[in-house]
Amino acid sequence: MSDLSFFGYRRENGRVGIRNHVVILPLDDLSNAACEAVANNIKGTLALPHHYGRLQFGEDLELHFRTLIGAGANPNVAAVVVIGIEPGWTARVVDGIAKTGKPVQGFAIEQHGDIETIANASRTAKDFLHAASELTREQCPISDLWVSHKCGESDTTSGMGANPTVGNFIDKTDVMGVTNCFGETSEITGAEHLCRERAVNKEIGDKWFATWQAYMDEVIEPHKTSDLSESQPTKGNIEGGLTTIEEKAMGNLQKIGKNARYIDVLAPAETPEKGPGLYFMDTSSAAAECVTLQAAGGFAVHIFPTGQGNIIGNPIEPVIKVTANPRTVRTMGEHVDLDVSGLLRREMNLDQAGDALIDMVVRTCNGRLTAAEVLGHREFVMTKLYRSA
Amino acid sequence: MNTLPPDFLVHDDRDAVGVVVVEGVAAGDDLSGWVMDCDKTISLAVNDPIPLGHKFALRDIRNGESIIKYGENIGHAVTDIPKGDHVHVHNVKTSKW
Repeated sequence: MSDLSFFGYRRENGRVGIRNHVVILPLDDLSNAACEAVANNIKGTLALPHHYGRLQFGEDLELHFRTLIGAGANPNVAAVVVIGIEPGWTARVVDGIAKTGKPVQGFAIEQHGDIETIANASRTAKDFLHAASELTREQCPISDLWVSHKCGESDTTSGMGANPTVGNFIDKTDVMGVTNCFGETSEITGAEHLCRERAVNKEIGDKWFATWQAYMDEVIEPHKTSDLSESQPTKGNIEGGLTTIEEKAMGNLQKIGKNARYIDVLAPAETPEKGPGLYFMDTSSAAAECVTLQAAGGFAVHIFPTGQGNIIGNPIEPVIKVTANPRTVRTMGEHVDLDVSGLLRREMNLDQAGDALIDMVVRTCNGRLTAAEVLGHREFVMTKLYRSA
Repeated sequence: MNTLPPDFLVHDDRDAVGVVVVEGVAAGDDLSGWVMDCDKTISLAVNDPIPLGHKFALRDIRNGESIIKYGENIGHAVTDIPKGDHVHVHNVKTSKW
């Protein structure tokens, strides 16, 4: 299957996208209203409202910019209109996105007001949309594809079926030159010794372990009030039969398969720069936060194995749901793109499930809408590291 | 694969727990299971109703003993757990945080 290909949009910087969005991107919470008004004026554009962008500082501010610039730079995005309350930080986002070579223009609200800004930005958005609508898909080798992975509302069936299916996908596509990414730093707790060993060498393994340890020391330990039961594992995890974080971590790590080794550890929303291979990104395990960071890192399609039925989507990175839980298939099948519950009945084996997932990914890249896209799930959630100034 | 669908799965031959993969398991039910890593079939009666996805003890587990699943330590028992009993948050705790 190494000659596998898909039809995507090749962008100015050579990256390949599988969707063709014109994004209306707010710099800050204050600019959401104008962005949503522009998206309402120009049908077919996509506003990405979010909650932050004011008085952030230090590493938290850097992550805010990296996430916004990364979202705009994502190859699923053809062009971007940025709107901010003032021109300085607006220009910083515009300049960051412009490095990709794609069309991008910024608008600041101060000294213009919402109405004039909306009118001006709408005219630009209309031009961008006309241009984007004439772009065509071209055949691309599978090695042009960047795929991110994160599981959610996991249960014991995740570790038995859906996550090993993703692992089979990663093992198979890693050798085809696909760029894959997993994350969820705190959720590796209990399997950290195994994850450390899956690095390509000791240096990267140590880098991973330092990242995990920092999350423990800086986030979990100072803030925990209990053993985190009902948060990690979640109430839904427990309902699904997962008892401890160690059990959840063991199931989580099934996602990276048996053979692939991660070649680098990325900061949140950081773009991989070591070429094709498997990467780890430092993220929380909350679904929308994690997928948003991975989308900002440049990943074009997301594989999301679930047990109890997490319904998350992302506005710019299509999210493919995989489950092995037969009850989830029966009770909320509209959220499921790939049913691998046959694994638990021994009707299919892991090799067949992995192949079915590769097929679903290629179909999604070629244009098939995911369940989350059809159902309108557009969870764009910024990761905030600490309180604003 | 023309094997009968199993009622429960076991990841690793060393595991202390099996996971029910069908709905409607009642106390006293005799279940057939598949040990995935060595492709072995086993059977066992459960003492409690076990929901889909939940675990039960494959052998007697002593208070304080590590719970082995995936061949790894996933926490410890906080009470004695007889073979066939439901294993979950009421009798097992994390050893991590």
